[in-house]
Amino acid sequence: MLSRTADHLFWMARYIERAENTARMLDVNMSTSLLPQSAEEAERGWRAMLGISELQAAFDAKYPLLTARDVLDFMVRDPTNPSSIYSCMQAARENARAVRGSLTTEVWETHNDTWLKLQREMSDGLLGRDPQQLFEWVKYRSHLSRGVTIGTMLKDEAFFFIRLGTFLERADNAARIIDVKFHGSGEESELLPAGRGNGAGHQRDFYYWAAVLRSVSAFEIYRKVYRDVITPERVAELLILRGDMPRSLAACVNEVCANLEAVRNSRSGEAQRRAGMLRAELRYGRVEDILQQGLHGYLSGFLERINDLGGRISQDFLVPLAAS
Amino acid sequence: MTTAFDEMFTPAGAARSHYRGYESWLGDQSPEAMSNKRAEADLVFRRVGITFAVYGEAAGTERLIPFDVIPRIIPAGEWQQLESGLRQRVRALNMFLHDVYHGQDVIRAGKVPADQVFRNSQYRPEMHGIDVAGGIYAHIAGIDIVRAGQGEYYVLEDNLRVPSGVSYMLENRKMMMRLFPDLFARNKVAPVAHYPDVLLENLRSVAPQGVADPLVVLLTPGMYNSAYFEHAFLAQQMGVELVEGQDLFVQDNAVFMRTTRGPQRVDVIYRRVDDDFLDPLVFRPDSTLGVPGLLSAYRAGRVTLANAIGTGIADDKSIYPYVPEMIEFYLGEKPLLANVPTYKCRNRDEMEHTLAHLPELVVKEVHNAGGYGMLVGPAATKAEIDVFDAKIRRDPANFIAQPTLALSTCPTYVESGIAPRHIDLRPYVLSGKQISIVPGGLTRVALREGSLVVNSSQGGGTKDTWVLER
Repeated sequence: MLSRTADHLFWMARYIERAENTARMLDVNMSTSLLPQSAEEAERGWRAMLGISELQAAFDAKYPLLTARDVLDFMVRDPTNPSSIYSCMQAARENARAVRGSLTTEVWETHNDTWLKLQREMSDGLLGRDPQQLFEWVKYRSHLSRGVTIGTMLKDEAFFFIRLGTFLERADNAARIIDVKFHGSGEESELLPAGRGNGAGHQRDFYYWAAVLRSVSAFEIYRKVYRDVITPERVAELLILRGDMPRSLAACVNEVCANLEAVRNSRSGEAQRRAGMLRAELRYGRVEDILQQGLHGYLSGFLERINDLGGRISQDFLVPLAAS
Repeated sequence: MTTAFDEMFTPAGAARSHYRGYESWLGDQSPEAMSNKRAEADLVFRRVGITFAVYGEAAGTERLIPFDVIPRIIPAGEWQQLESGLRQRVRALNMFLHDVYHGQDVIRAGKVPADQVFRNSQYRPEMHGIDVAGGIYAHIAGIDIVRAGQGEYYVLEDNLRVPSGVSYMLENRKMMMRLFPDLFARNKVAPVAHYPDVLLENLRSVAPQGVADPLVVLLTPGMYNSAYFEHAFLAQQMGVELVEGQDLFVQDNAVFMRTTRGPQRVDVIYRRVDDDFLDPLVFRPDSTLGVPGLLSAYRAGRVTLANAIGTGIADDKSIYPYVPEMIEFYLGEKPLLANVPTYKCRNRDEMEHTLAHLPELVVKEVHNAGGYGMLVGPAATKAEIDVFDAKIRRDPANFIAQPTLALSTCPTYVESGIAPRHIDLRPYVLSGKQISIVPGGLTRVALREGSLVVNSSQGGGTKDTWVLER
């Protein structure tokens, strides 16, 4: 397929996935901000949202003070912020429109319809009225676009590049969400073994880790898998290493490898090798070792490797090949 | 201006025989039901993204072309006559194109004045002596037809460069079948949905010699072009790649596209990019829409361009008046479809006549298209007429004039209900190994009361076009 087409498909999928993950994060922070907490804690929560998405500087340049309302506005509906949900969905739709001929009618119409409806929701003021309903809606539209992709598209290159985009982006976003605590406090997460925390801190930790789980739809899964109280090690294990947990790093990297394999060409050997290494480490790695190393350090390293893979995929497939 | 011929009703107010079935059906529909259907059509068109961009408006502004749910119906017998006339005309136009770029018999025979051809900016000297596959230049032709006075058909304009609109023909039919399935059970309407197959077959049939399994691509200027929807739609329907100039490159006089698995050879380019932008090495050097070296691959016969380069010389308004003569010259046949009588202002007496009758005439600038650069006398103000008077005097050869035809009307939904509005018809004629025409075409309708301008860029709408089978 055309390199340019593959590029549009890849980014179409990345942008819609990014919009979804932003909605997930904000949704959970909305919920936790309703718990009894100090003003500083609340502000830290919102600051963490900006930190995860590397938007702190852009936000501070625009707003002198930090309020929940402004953070929401900036991250959801601000067209000048290229990472806002609004901008992501617009970019997804523009990419889809550029290659609508390579999509099934249903996939194109889903993206187009999402974009048209988003504009309506924004002008109707849904964000101010009921932000959580808006986040639900964004998640649902992203589910829909994935479902319609799987349900209607031929399993050929176009499909594989879309999936590659989805899982590469999800791997990145999931790692950032797990690292949210670092962004919130600016310090390394204290991952105390279960039962050793003191009373108040322990309770706060419970709500904190429960929120992280919820943001990746893993709260119920956690209960089902571990049938036990929520401990930081297990949360980390579930969200990083469990291959059967659909939004874990391991699951994302498995999908990246499989889709990369499906589109491989004569130049992509190194990208495949690096993706395979990462997969093997996640498959055979142990959570104790990760925590030993330090969660934030581990996740930062992971993000770098995902970023490297993204660059290699662009280089090997998407950037037009040289004429010779 | 005489009263216009109405497609649906006789002057006495009775439905014409081919509209009787539809009229009685329409009589049974409640206004609410029809209004709901119209709203549904709007919604679906927007969701499907059947939009066009308007030049001069903010970049990325997308608009719907208004769709009218009352079909334009053509009886079988009339269509047959139209079809024969179209085949004849397009055959002659292709022969003319081959001729002006080769032996120029038609000029030596004095049928078309030499300066009208050679001093025309649409004439491409680069094409001289090039043999194109099958001798076909205008593979896809959109011939604009109007119906006047007593119901006789005229060719208003030939579009042989990159005619657009066929996607609306297809989408309008799809929409009508979705909104009113019962209508199609009651009327035998000739299908049109096979157009993309016929088009692909046609394009494959004109591949360079010796290519067994030709690879066809559609070249678009990109998503901000007004007809981008159509480009994407046709590429998808034909199952071919939709490429931009940056996706192609020329090496050793062959054209390749850049793919995720390396370069792939391209044999036929259905290009929706104007001549001027095709190859920056030969035409406009500032073009980023084209492919450097494309013309040399083309000249070497290694790739087919559809339509060929230089077809504009045959559809230029200054050449139009000579088409009936061409038909007789090349085919030895009487033209089956008439031209609209045309005054060529390059001739002194015809210019005098034009200037004396400006308020009654339609004046067209010869190289313009899309309803731009036009004066509709009866609708024009004194000031507008004065502007054209001066323009014509300054450069007479740049203008032609035609009587204002009472274009036929068709009942159409307007704000106040249903009212007659002027329409035209653009059938699409495909030329390759043979000539194929999908029954009907695109009917455009001028939605403003009394307006004769049907172009979508000027507020026109469209209708589904039915050719009834016997």
